[in-house]
Amino acid sequence: MKYALLIYADPSIAPAEGTPEFGAEMEGWFNYSTKLTEAGSMLGGEGLLDGHTATSVRVRDGKTVTYDGPFAETKEVLGGFYIIDVENLDAAIEWAAQIPNVGYGTVEVRPVMEVPDQG
Amino acid sequence: MVNARRSPVPTVVSAVDVAFRAEWSGLVAVLRREFGDLQVAEDAAQEAFAAASRVWRRDGVPDRPGAWLLVTARRRAIDALRCARALDDRMAMLADAPPPSTDEVLDDQLALIFGCCHPALAVEAQVALTLRTVCGLSTEQIAHAFLVPSPTMGKRIVRAKDKIRQAGIPFDVPPIERLDERVDGVAAVIYAVFTEGHASSTGTTLIRGDLCDEAIWLAETTSDLLPAHGELHALSALCLLTDARRAARFDDTGAPVLLKDQDRELWDRAKVARGLDHLIVARRNEAQGAYRPQAEIAAIHSMAPCYGATDWSAIVAVYDRWLEADGGPVVALNRAAAIGEHDGSEAALAALAPLLDSGALDDYHYAHVANAAHLRALGRHERAIRAYDRAIAVCTNDAEASWIRAQRAQLIGDDPRLSSSE
Repeated sequence: MKYALLIYADPSIAPAEGTPEFGAEMEGWFNYSTKLTEAGSMLGGEGLLDGHTATSVRVRDGKTVTYDGPFAETKEVLGGFYIIDVENLDAAIEWAAQIPNVGYGTVEVRPVMEVPDQG
Repeated sequence: MVNARRSPVPTVVSAVDVAFRAEWSGLVAVLRREFGDLQVAEDAAQEAFAAASRVWRRDGVPDRPGAWLLVTARRRAIDALRCARALDDRMAMLADAPPPSTDEVLDDQLALIFGCCHPALAVEAQVALTLRTVCGLSTEQIAHAFLVPSPTMGKRIVRAKDKIRQAGIPFDVPPIERLDERVDGVAAVIYAVFTEGHASSTGTTLIRGDLCDEAIWLAETTSDLLPAHGELHALSALCLLTDARRAARFDDTGAPVLLKDQDRELWDRAKVARGLDHLIVARRNEAQGAYRPQAEIAAIHSMAPCYGATDWSAIVAVYDRWLEADGGPVVALNRAAAIGEHDGSEAALAALAPLLDSGALDDYHYAHVANAAHLRALGRHERAIRAYDRAIAVCTNDAEASWIRAQRAQLIGDDPRLSSSE
């Protein structure tokens, strides 16, 4: 099954750039992505820029309304995601529990909607 | 036997009942694995039991009711999947397949329990699903037992099944490194079923006592399936030893009877004996959690011929070990109560003092009520009044608050010096 691992964390408690902790976490991300790829479970994934760079868009009554900031103003912001293909939810939870910043963040595991083949 | 032949109908009815208790969860578990879907499995099992009560009446009870039910249910499942155009070749062949071995059925049953108690489901959904799928209770029965409308309970169960299907929640026995935490989750579900049945069971609402029966059945079944897990035996012991007092817990008017006033002749000795057996296994397997000390205390009560003969020093010793392991302030409060029973109010107050000073129980009215009761017993009435006042200030339960006010008023009535200063 395909799952999205949506990675939320509070940027104010993430290690600051230039500190040894920051270096260790970056290495963690690199190793994690490599491990996921080697396991044959990686379908894709990206890190996202800070929440203050976000723009939210709605269309209401035919009008496009944009506003500054992420969808929900919370301390924990969506900072990146992986799309993985594994056997079941337990396997997805195992991968989620190894995300490098899961020690201070939260990973939401969501099954990806399967569109039936129109073959 | 002669009687049985003369009245075949009641025999068949009870044979179906016996088969339901013995076979339901194994049947659903095997069908779920074979057909890969919980709803298909449940529907087929349900139809097989409905067929049994018709066919067994006509043809007699088969030699192996479980095998008969499985063959019948597989055919129903195959028909249903064929109608839905969801039948594959492997499933179609199950019509003539031999039944799985006893070990396979036990593995399937365990997998079913772990699937229903999966931590990706909300606890209330785990509880409802376990009662529906593993115990075979109807949605109406579960709704009634939890005092919620049937449609609400129905939605809760349907949503849980949808999440299982859509999110890919597996029905597996967890790997060894995850087993302990998952067993704790299963135990928590069983304990929730038991406390729901026990806490509010009154003499009149028998169905809630049924929840205690289901919890005991679940606890003993999972203990049998995972015999090395001391926690499950400790939980079985706790449920059995507590439920053994069921008949004595309420008087004829339905009012609760305190432990010290219970007629111990009414305690169910067979349940006590089973509970003690489980407790011995829990000790042997060094169960670490909170079920074991609770079971130990219930066991000590169950062995006392009357309240006055209770071995309070043994109970205090259990609390000492529990507190050392991981007991919180409420455990310490209960320990103080046991000390009060054993050594009197002065000793209880000495045990309470550091606890009250720590502030951990400031908002817990039972702590102030206990303090007040011991102060009162020692004649320190003014301080007792202050303790009652603190209890009333933090008590959020109206019935209990009015009981505390009544206690306070009674004390003032008993002691004229206090009323003058009011």
